[in-house]
Amino acid sequence: MRIVVTAKYVPDINTERGFSEGRVVRTAGEGTLNELDENAIEAALQLVEAERASGRVGPDEGEVVVVTMAGPDGDLALRKAFQLGVDRGIRVSDDALAGSDYFGTAAVLAAAVRRLGDEAPVDLVVTGMAALDGLGSVVPTLLGAELGLPTLNLAKKVSLADPDGSGQRVLTITREIDDVTESLAAPLPALLSVTDGANQPRFPGFKLIMAARSKVIEVWSPADLGLDPAAAGSAGARTETLTAAPRPERPEVELVTDKGEGGVALADFLIRNDLV
Amino acid sequence: MTNRTVLVLLDPATEVRTSTLELLTIARGLGRVEAVTLEAPTVEVLAQLGAYGIETVHQAEPARDGSCVSGDERHLPAVVAAALAAAVRLTDADVVLLPTSFAAKEAAALAAHDLGAGLVIDASSLRDVHGHVVAGKRVFAGSWDTECAVTADVAVVTVRANSAVAQPAPAAVGPVTEGYAVEVPASSVTLLSREVKTDTSGRPPLDQAAVVVAGGRGTDGDFGPVEDLADALGAAVGASRDAAFEGWWDSYVGQTGVTIAPRVYIGAGISGAPHHRGGMQASQVIVAVNSDPEAPIFEICDFAVVGQLADVLPQAAAEIRKRKS
Repeated sequence: MRIVVTAKYVPDINTERGFSEGRVVRTAGEGTLNELDENAIEAALQLVEAERASGRVGPDEGEVVVVTMAGPDGDLALRKAFQLGVDRGIRVSDDALAGSDYFGTAAVLAAAVRRLGDEAPVDLVVTGMAALDGLGSVVPTLLGAELGLPTLNLAKKVSLADPDGSGQRVLTITREIDDVTESLAAPLPALLSVTDGANQPRFPGFKLIMAARSKVIEVWSPADLGLDPAAAGSAGARTETLTAAPRPERPEVELVTDKGEGGVALADFLIRNDLV
Repeated sequence: MTNRTVLVLLDPATEVRTSTLELLTIARGLGRVEAVTLEAPTVEVLAQLGAYGIETVHQAEPARDGSCVSGDERHLPAVVAAALAAAVRLTDADVVLLPTSFAAKEAAALAAHDLGAGLVIDASSLRDVHGHVVAGKRVFAGSWDTECAVTADVAVVTVRANSAVAQPAPAAVGPVTEGYAVEVPASSVTLLSREVKTDTSGRPPLDQAAVVVAGGRGTDGDFGPVEDLADALGAAVGASRDAAFEGWWDSYVGQTGVTIAPRVYIGAGISGAPHHRGGMQASQVIVAVNSDPEAPIFEICDFAVVGQLADVLPQAAAEIRKRKS
C-alpha cells in the first residue's frame, strides 16, 4: 500500500493574512501545514495501518509520501508531516511556479505523483478537501482529472475492502455535500479527498518529533518532473488578479449589556436598520 | 451589452432557487443567457426562466458507453461537467455560471479542465472589462476584496448566494427546450446510494438565506431559542462546527461546512473561533449574543448583546413579532 498525500503550506489562520502585488503574502516562518492536510495524512496512515493489521501487507510494508509545492518555507509543513509519521517528504520548488492557478498546481502535483509512480506503483492519492487560504476545494478534482484516476471527494467516512476476494481493493466513501448524502466506490488506484469530519489527526509522539528534525526533505524542480514551465506559474495561469484590497474596517461595535431589555435592543437594532 | 453567450446550470430542474435567480440576474449583465439542465424542467420552472429572459433551455441527454445515463447518476459531477462542456461546444458559449456549492464546484472544475477554461470559485460579482470577464471575490474570511480577470477564452465561474438582488428581465419570454446529446467519459466510480435530505422546517436553505441565526456551544444543546428567533425573522438556522459535532444541529457554518454571506448573521453562544469566522465573516451585518464579554466574535460585530441567549433570543423574537404585526 503506497499512498501519496499532497499537502500545502498556508498562512496561519491566526495571523494577519493578505496580498501583495496580487499574490498571497507568505511571511517567512509564519505559515503552517494546512490543517485539513493533517486529516489527509491521518487517513493515509490509518489505511496503511489497516492493511498491515489485516495481513494484506507485511508489518514493514506500505509507505506514506507527502508532496508539497512551495518555496523553502514549505519545509515547515513537511516537518509537521514527519512528526505525524509520514515516511517521506518531497518539496517541488521553483520560482517559475509562483502564481500558479488551480490548473498549474494540479499539473505540478500530478507530475510529482507520476514520477513517484515511475519508482513504484502508487495505490492512492489523498488530499485535504480544501486549502484554508484559497478555499476553492477544486485542486483534488483537477489532480484526479490530470492523473486520470477515479476521484472520491469530500469523504466523511472511508473504507477499503476486497469485496470479491480477487485482490482488487475497492475504496468506498460516504460524503455529505450540500443537502445530499452519497455513497461512492472506486477501485484502486484512486484519488481521495477528506473532510475534517473523516478522522481526528493524531498528536505527534516524542520519538517522531525528534526524528522529524533530521529527516531528509527531497527537493524536486519542474525539470526533474519533465514539466513545461509554461504549464504552471503565472505564465500558465488562466486568471489574473487585478486588484486586492483589505475591506474597510467595520464601524465600532454597538455593545449592549443585557439587564432585562437585551432582546428588545436587538430587535430594535434590526428594525432600525431595515433588516427585518 | 456584448454578444457573449452565458450558460447557467440549473440542477435540479424541478425548482429555481433564489440563488439561481440571482445568478440569472448577474448573467444578463454579461450577455445573452441560456440555461443548461439534465432533466426536463417543470412548467413552473420554465415560466420563471421566461420571466428572467431565458429563451433557450438546453436539456442534456447524457449517455455512457452507448447507454443512457439516468436517475441519480445524472447529478454526478462528472456527468454534469460533461453536459456543461458539451453545451459550451454546441453554443460556442463564452461563460458558464453555477451557484456555489460543493457539487457545483466539482462539476465546474471538471468542465473547466475539459474546456481549457479559466475557473473562478465563489465569486461575489461579475462584470465586463474590455471584453474580459472580471470576477470580484471576498477572501481570507471576507477580510480582503479581490478582483480577477479570466484570461482564457472560456470562463467557468461559481457565484455565491446573496451576491445580487434577483430581478426579472424587463420583458418575459417563452423559453424553448432543446435536447442535445452528451457523451459522458467512462468512469470507474460507482454511485452506491444518493439521498436528498428533505427539509420539513419550512425555513430557507442555510447556504442561500438572506438572514441566518446560528447557535454554538453556549446553547448547551438547546436550539429552541435559536429556532424561535429564526422563525420570527424568516431566517435559516445554522450551528458552529463544535455544536454540529456534538450532534446538536445538522449543518454548520464554517470554512469546511457551509460558507455564508447573508444580509444579516446572528450568532448566539458562538465565541467566534477562526473556523467559524472563515465561514461567516463576509456577512453584511453581524450580530452576536454571548454571555462572555471577552468572546472574540465581538471584535467583528456590528451589534452585540452581552447576556444569556435563552433570555435575549426569545425576547427579541417576541418583539419582532409584535412590531411586524
